[in-house]
Amino acid sequence: MTKSLKELMESAELPPGEVTFAEPWEARAFGLAVTLASNGRFAWEDFRQRLIAEIAVADAAAGAGQRPATYYECWLVALEKTVSAKGITGTAEIDSRAEVIAANPPARTKAISAGPVKIA
Amino acid sequence: MSDHDDHDEHNAPESGPALRVKALESVLVEKGIVDAAELDELIDTYEHKVGPRIGARVVARAWVDPAYKRRLIANAPAATAELGIAAGPQGENLMVIENTPRVHNMVVCTLCSCYPWPVLGLPPVWYKSAPYRSRAVSDPRGVLRDFGLEIPAEVEIRVWDSSSEMRFMVLPMRPAGTENLSEEELAALVTRDSMIGTGIVKYPAGAAAPSGE
Repeated sequence: MTKSLKELMESAELPPGEVTFAEPWEARAFGLAVTLASNGRFAWEDFRQRLIAEIAVADAAAGAGQRPATYYECWLVALEKTVSAKGITGTAEIDSRAEVIAANPPARTKAISAGPVKIA
Repeated sequence: MSDHDDHDEHNAPESGPALRVKALESVLVEKGIVDAAELDELIDTYEHKVGPRIGARVVARAWVDPAYKRRLIANAPAATAELGIAAGPQGENLMVIENTPRVHNMVVCTLCSCYPWPVLGLPPVWYKSAPYRSRAVSDPRGVLRDFGLEIPAEVEIRVWDSSSEMRFMVLPMRPAGTENLSEEELAALVTRDSMIGTGIVKYPAGAAAPSGE
């Protein structure tokens, strides 16, 4: 069933616990949730309850032998659901923006950061 | 002038969650709801500035100053503020629990990943993992053995479940033989895991500590 902690720590591709974010997008997703909550766009508890629900889904998937969503994948889904519930933005708007970004890969430049892509 | 034209490592189209987050951020920035510079600064803070060295300072102060320790245990937010530590998100309801020769405390968040960010930074990968979240409660002694800690049977283990209402930090025991160390030297001994309760503080530092830094 679930791996032991020791196995988990040994199998992790990263040194256990010493890396805050495995990929840059995780940091952006983290920062977005904290910024929005700090600025009063939603209550942290509201987001946290959705995060708990997504983690429960991932735990169930792992228990059923499927690939569970990673922690920050759960985080991102919870964040999307929270901003949608608050009417800040919605799935359709995020979908169409994602299509635009995917269809317009960043120009050849070293100036690309992990930040937002400006849409001309 | 350097020529960047032949660098295209950033050119690959993105997909999956990376694309999704970029789209979400782009929409929120365009709406004026999120300031990209503010976001950059917040991420930098959590990646590089906030971390367990802050908690270690708190522990060292409590070890050398019994009156401070009493204040810390009675009212951790006020006592950490004395050291100039801002409460910040996930620090509002901090509670410090003290290890003694008879009681060893360890902290978990069984449902998600609540953690005292202002004193410990962001949680390690294993803290968020399903095995830790479930086994910390069902088999705490087994989990501690995974961390290389054998807690004697006569020592009671107390497991504390963090929530948004209450976030816990463990005050580990001061190791023997450290009477002549300065507060700063003491702080250097304190590991992150010892403040979660999955480690203890050792002297000399690092003596067989499994995953402390």
